[in-house]
Amino acid sequence: MATTTPDLTLDPTRTPTPARRRRGLSILLWIVVGFGFLNLLALVLSVVVDSLGTAWFGGWLPKGFTTHWYSDAWHEFDLSSVLLVTIEVAAAVVIVSVLIGVPASYVLARRSFPGKRILMLLFVLPILVPPITYGIPLATLLYSWHLAGSMSGVILANLVPAVPFVILTMTPFIEQIDPKIESAARMCGAPTRVIFTRILTPLLVPGILAACILVLVRTIGMFELTFLTAGPTSTTLVVSLYDAVFSAGIRANQSVDAMATIYTVSMMVLLVIALRFVNPTQLVTRVREEPTE
Amino acid sequence: MSAAVDLPAARAPRRTLRHRLADRGVDRMLWLVLPATAFVIVLFIYPFIYGLQLSFDPLKGGPLANYKEFFSDPYMRGTIWKTLRLGLPAALFNVLASVPVAYAMRGKVRGKRTITTLLVIPITLGTVLTAQGLIMYAGPQGWLNKVLTGLHLVDHPVTLVHNYIGVFLSLVITGFPFAFLLTLSYLSGIDPALEKAAATLGAGPWQRFRKITLPLLAPGLAITFTLAFVLAFSVFPSAQMVGKPSGSTRVISIAAYEAAFQNFDYSMGSAIAMIMAVIMLIVIAMVMVWRATLYRGSTGGKG
Repeated sequence: MATTTPDLTLDPTRTPTPARRRRGLSILLWIVVGFGFLNLLALVLSVVVDSLGTAWFGGWLPKGFTTHWYSDAWHEFDLSSVLLVTIEVAAAVVIVSVLIGVPASYVLARRSFPGKRILMLLFVLPILVPPITYGIPLATLLYSWHLAGSMSGVILANLVPAVPFVILTMTPFIEQIDPKIESAARMCGAPTRVIFTRILTPLLVPGILAACILVLVRTIGMFELTFLTAGPTSTTLVVSLYDAVFSAGIRANQSVDAMATIYTVSMMVLLVIALRFVNPTQLVTRVREEPTE
Repeated sequence: MSAAVDLPAARAPRRTLRHRLADRGVDRMLWLVLPATAFVIVLFIYPFIYGLQLSFDPLKGGPLANYKEFFSDPYMRGTIWKTLRLGLPAALFNVLASVPVAYAMRGKVRGKRTITTLLVIPITLGTVLTAQGLIMYAGPQGWLNKVLTGLHLVDHPVTLVHNYIGVFLSLVITGFPFAFLLTLSYLSGIDPALEKAAATLGAGPWQRFRKITLPLLAPGLAITFTLAFVLAFSVFPSAQMVGKPSGSTRVISIAAYEAAFQNFDYSMGSAIAMIMAVIMLIVIAMVMVWRATLYRGSTGGKG
């Protein structure tokens, strides 16, 4: 489209002043963003440098460098078992929320039925209400059911925002799959089971994958619900990080930093993988972009 | 889609209940929503009602004793104001700051994918690393204060952590990527042809933004603000770590947590949680009322 109609405002001979002013504004904007980013980078770097330093009192850099804080943190906070719990919890939440959420979002995307709006509201609420608000009564209930303090309690609590999240991301994804494809398969005599395994599943896989990774990142980062329901054997990485900060009296600040670095690096790897599958700009609205590449 | 199936039934003199239901979209397929619905009711709605009921059943006093205690104690009551004073400006800042950045990123921009990834990455930092980083970097001995005093911009190190500013900064670091992502997504949904049409009719860049893009984007911004506020509203961990949890950043979630899990007064904890939910819903309702006054049409960006 841009190639057929010349963009008049960009033509410097016609309107020189606004164009130049716009250019100046955009440079100013990127300077501000760059400055903010630089500060953030320095912020992250100061944690990483501290986690690698021997002792850092007031100077620009620590006296020497070492990696022993990482092995310290690993043993001190029993990170191998904490990581195992984190992975188990996250995997369980991802699998269950997809199994429950995807069929529901299929119906919500394809059908209109009485009470659909109320159902949609029901699925939006757990995302609109801050976790700590329903977390406190939920944890109280889970304690009285003797589920809190164990792995199943943590998984159940984390599923509460995860299931609606899957539904809310999968519904627009299914809406953009053409229902004519399914109708065509039915016309050609495919039974429901075959439509599901041969037609729908391959079409849904990219969306499910995206939802999985987003739920995974959210669950690993979910502090409040895990914090309220976890017992000593079921803490995930975020919660044990928080505990480490608050029992820091006897612990070196550097091991907390080392642990925070481990957490952030693993989250970053996950997010970068996620961004390879999902276009971040299409999370809420799916737009047909002109082919750029 | 179901018309072909229903045709024989429509010709029949008396239609069975099943067919009449199927006409309105109720058929066997609806069983697929059942697990999710049951799940949300058992683990979200039921705990909420349970908490509501528990909050009216205090350890001592009449049914309203918890609420009376909360609103008569200035230390408790003050947490509402402290939460709003942190959450509202932080959410507003994140949304307003993300608009120009997203606006500059729409359309074809060189390195769009890389810039977006860089701006989204801070989501992974997590509250603890952000808090530790703020304490190290912006603390009295940190690099920031070293640079500022080195350049003689300030005489004494500025206090940026363990107070209101620290929590605010941490809310911006964790909340901005999220607000940016949503805003960019809503903005990409607006048809660029509209802006081009305005340009053809002689509208300058500012006019195009003010009269075309902003009105179309505003409903999406309302949603973004709501979600950003939900994030900022539960500032529990960062308020503890980089704030002053006994003073200026004693937010309502800290009060709720302390009541329930340190004093083991689940009833009081639930009461505070219910007050939180009501405040949250009031803010959402206000944003939604404002949103209802905005343009609603078939062009993107409305969410």
